[in-house]
Amino acid sequence: MKVEEIDVAEQMGEVGRILREYDRKKGILIHALLAIQEDHGYLPEDVLRKLSKKLDLPLAEIYSVASFYKQFHFTPRGRKVVRVCLGTACYVRGAKKVLSTLEERFNIKVGETTEDLAMTLETVGCIGCCGLAPVATVNEDVVGEIGLKKLDRLIKTIG
Amino acid sequence: MERLNSIEDFKNLRTFLSKEIFRPDKDRVRICCGTACTATGSGNVVRVFEEEISKKGLELEIVKTGCQGLCQKGPVMKAEPYGYFFQRVKQDTVKEIISTTYSAGFPVRSLLYRTTFLEKPIEVMEEVPFYKKQMRIALRNNGRIDPCNIYHSIAVGGYSAAEIMFSSMSPKQVIEEVKRANLRGRGGAGFPAGAKWMHTKRAPGDVKIVIANGDEGDPGAFMDRSIMEGDPQSLLEGMLICAYAIGAHYGFIYVRHEYPLAVKNLKIAIKQAEELGLLGENILGTGFDFTVYIREGAGAFVCGEATALVASIEGNRGFPHARPPRVSEPGGGPWGYPSNLNNVETYTCVPAIIEKGADWFLSIGTEGSPGTKVFALTGKVKNTGLVEVPMGITLREIIFDIGGGIINNKKFKTVQTGGPSGGCIPEQYLDLPIDFDSLWKVGSMMGSGGIVVMDEDNCMVDVAKFFLSFTQSESCGKCPPCRIGTYQMLQILEKITSGNGEEGDIEKLERLAEIISAGSLCGLGQGAPNPVLTTIRYFRDEYEEHIKEKYCRAKVCSGMGVFVISQSECIRCGLCKSACAYDAVVERRDRYFIARDYCTKCKACYYACPVDAVKIRKQAYVILEEEFKMPPERIEIIERRAGMTLKGVLESKPYKIVTTTKDRWIADAIKVMSENNVSGIFIVDENGKLEGVFTERDIVQCVVNKISLEHETVKNIMRHDITTFDPSMKISTAIMIASKKKIRHLPVVEGDKIVGMVTFRDLVSYLLPEICYMAEVTY
Repeated sequence: MKVEEIDVAEQMGEVGRILREYDRKKGILIHALLAIQEDHGYLPEDVLRKLSKKLDLPLAEIYSVASFYKQFHFTPRGRKVVRVCLGTACYVRGAKKVLSTLEERFNIKVGETTEDLAMTLETVGCIGCCGLAPVATVNEDVVGEIGLKKLDRLIKTIG
Repeated sequence: MERLNSIEDFKNLRTFLSKEIFRPDKDRVRICCGTACTATGSGNVVRVFEEEISKKGLELEIVKTGCQGLCQKGPVMKAEPYGYFFQRVKQDTVKEIISTTYSAGFPVRSLLYRTTFLEKPIEVMEEVPFYKKQMRIALRNNGRIDPCNIYHSIAVGGYSAAEIMFSSMSPKQVIEEVKRANLRGRGGAGFPAGAKWMHTKRAPGDVKIVIANGDEGDPGAFMDRSIMEGDPQSLLEGMLICAYAIGAHYGFIYVRHEYPLAVKNLKIAIKQAEELGLLGENILGTGFDFTVYIREGAGAFVCGEATALVASIEGNRGFPHARPPRVSEPGGGPWGYPSNLNNVETYTCVPAIIEKGADWFLSIGTEGSPGTKVFALTGKVKNTGLVEVPMGITLREIIFDIGGGIINNKKFKTVQTGGPSGGCIPEQYLDLPIDFDSLWKVGSMMGSGGIVVMDEDNCMVDVAKFFLSFTQSESCGKCPPCRIGTYQMLQILEKITSGNGEEGDIEKLERLAEIISAGSLCGLGQGAPNPVLTTIRYFRDEYEEHIKEKYCRAKVCSGMGVFVISQSECIRCGLCKSACAYDAVVERRDRYFIARDYCTKCKACYYACPVDAVKIRKQAYVILEEEFKMPPERIEIIERRAGMTLKGVLESKPYKIVTTTKDRWIADAIKVMSENNVSGIFIVDENGKLEGVFTERDIVQCVVNKISLEHETVKNIMRHDITTFDPSMKISTAIMIASKKKIRHLPVVEGDKIVGMVTFRDLVSYLLPEICYMAEVTY
C-alpha cells in the first residue's frame, strides 16, 4: 500500500459522516500504521513522514501513537520473526526454557535481531493457543507443544 | 448472494436452508480448523480429504468448523451421521477414516478418545468426559458450522432472534428481556448488561455506538478468539440486537492484531451479512440501519479496559481516563458519542436469550449469575481447551472431571483464575461453586474466564512474579503508583526468588499492593497486585521459605537451597560434571560430589542429570543429614514436628482451661491450681475475657515480698501485660519468643477466646525425641 493512495473516506466508511475531518484522519492512523508495517516489516521514517503529510498530523503525534503499541517497530526486522508465548499456560509448562535456549543458540536477547537479519526473537503475552502450551509462532505459523526435539527442529528451520 | 428485502424473505430462506444444509442422511466430516488445530495440522488433513474425495468421487461433505474445544488432542473431527469423535487425526489416517467409517460405518479405533490406555475407547463426542458436563450457549454453533458461510449459520438458527425481534418486539421490550435474564458482563466485572443498555439508551444525543470488546489480552484466555473465529455471525447478531435496542447505527469490533484468523473470519462474515441485507442499510426492509467496522488493536493489554479501548478506536494512545464520563455517557464513548461496550461473549449470549426467553436463561446457573460461562482450561491438566459450563459448577468438577486431572499424576497445588488481575485459589476452595460473587469472596475473580491449573512443580512466588512482570510491562504509565509501584514490587520479588530475600519483604509487598490498588485509575493497576496478594494469603509459608530458609520447594527458583548428589541414585555418567561451568562437581574414584564453595546454584547439573540424582535440599536438612547422620525419614518427622502449630500441641495433650476471677484471694487461686495440677491459671473477667495470668513465679514473688496470701487479691499480683499467642503460630517461633521474653506459660488466644495454655515443658517434651536423638548421635 502506498501512503499517497490512502483514501481516508473509504477506510473510515459510513461512520465517517458523523465525524470531523481531523477525527477521520486520526481514526485510520492505527490501521495505516499496521498496513505500512505489513509492507515494510517495520515503520521506516521516510514513510511516516509521508503519512504525516498525507493525514495532516504532526510527525510527533504519529510517533507518539506508534511507540505506545507493542506491535510497531522502528528498526528492520529479521526474515523470520519468532515469538515465544509467555502466557500463563505456556509459562507453567516451561516457556522460559524455550526462550533461554533460543537466546543461547542465536546469541541474541529478546527483542533483538540477529546480525544477518535471519531472525528476530520476541515474546508475546498470549496467542490463545494455551491448549498447546508451550507455543511459539514463526511468522504466522504456530508451533505447539514444544519439547526438546521440536525445539531442535525449530532451530534448524530458522538457522 | 441475493439481498433479502423483507422479514418474509428471510423466513423462506431459513426454512429452505434448515432443510437443505446439514441433511441428517448425508456423510459429513466436521473438522476443526481453529488456530490450535491448524497448528497441529488440520489444514493438511482437509487437503488429503479433498484429494481423496475428488479422486474417488465420494459424496462426502467437509465442514471446516471453528474451535471444538479439545485443543490439546487436535486436530479433532466428528464423523457424521455416525457421530464418531476422532482426535489427533493425521493426514496418513484419512484413507483409513474413509474406508473404515464412511464405507463400512465403523469407528477408527486408534483415533477414538481414551481416558487411559486400559479403558474402553469412547465413540461419540457427547460421551467424552471433556464434553459430558458442558452446556453450550455462547459456543452453541462453534464446531458445527463453517464460520465463513453465512448459510450454515442461518441453517442452525442464526438470525432467528433478530427475526423475532424485528417482527414482534419493541426496543424497550428487548432491553426488558435482557434485563430480566440478568445477563452479566462476561468480560470479568459481571456488570448487568441490561442496565448498561438502558443507561446508553437514555443518554442524550442521537448518535449511539455499539462496541464489542475482543481485545482478549489475559494470558491463558481464548474464548473470545474462538467465538470470533468459529461463529462470527452470532456475535454480529448480538450486536445487531443491542443496536436495535439502544438505537445505534454504528458498531465497532475491537480485535487483537494477534488473532489474524479472527480478523479474517469477521471481515468475511460482515461482508456476507451485508450482502444478504442482515447488516448495513435498511436491514430486512425494516428501515433500520446498522454497519459494523473492525478495529485492530496493536498489542497493548491496557486497551482491553473500556476507556483505553475507546481512545484506541479514535486512533490515540491507549490511555485510560477517569470516569465519569463513563463510556455510556456523552463524552465517554468514541468521539464523545455515548456507546455500549460489552464483551464478545456477552453479545453472543444475547440471541439465545431473545429466542428462548429470559426464563429459560434464568433456569440455568446460579441465582446471582444465571447462564453459562466459557472457561479456557489450561495449565497442568490432562485435557486442555475451551469449556462452557453452567455457573455454579465447582472447580473440582472442571479440573478433575472435565480436565481429567493433573498430568503425570502430580499433586494439585493451586488454580489461577481471572488472568493477571485475578488470584490463586488453593485446594481448600476446590468445592466452591463458581460464579461472579463467590470468586470475589476468596480474593480472586472470574475475569474473562481463564483457568490455569498448577501443580507441585510450580513455585508460587515465581508465578506471582510472572504475573506482576506481565502487568508491569503492560502498564501504560499514566498513573505513577502503577508504573513505579509494580516495578518496585517486581524488584522485591526478584530479590526473593534469587535467594536474597530479607525479613520484612512480605510486609513491604503488602503495603505497596495497597497503595497501587488505591492509586490507579483503571482495572489494570487496581488488579495488578492481586496475584501477589492472594499467593501471600494462601501460600505465605512458601514466601517465608524463600526468604528465611533460601529454599524453593518447587525447585523453580535458582540460587536456592543446597545441591547434593544422592549417591544411591547416581549412575556415575558424569553429565553433571560436564554441565557445570564452575567446576563445582568434583570427581573421585568412586563417586561425584558437589563442592559447595564453588557451587553457584545455577541448576545446570540438576537439569543435566538423567536420573534425577542431583537433589536440591534445605540448608537445615543437609546439616541434620550430614552432621547428625540422620536418616531422611527421620528428618521428615522432625520437619513436620518443627512445623507444627501451637494448636497441634494443645490437641496432642489432654488439657483443660483453668480460670479464676481477679477478685479472689491469692490462696484460693493457689488452691485451684493445686486441685487441677497446673502451674499457671488464666484470670478472666465476668464475661470470660482474658485479663491476665497467674503462675507459680507470682507465688514465689508473694513469699519473698511477704505478701499475705490470705489477705491479698489476685488482681494486685497478676501480670497484666501478657503476651498472647495465636493457635496458628509455629512452635519454633513460639519457643523463640518465649525464651526471648523469658516466659514459661504461653496463653494461646484466638481473638477473644481462650484456647489453652502451653508451657515451656510442653514444647520441650514435644521436641524431646529429636533432642535425645541428636545428643546420642553426636556424643
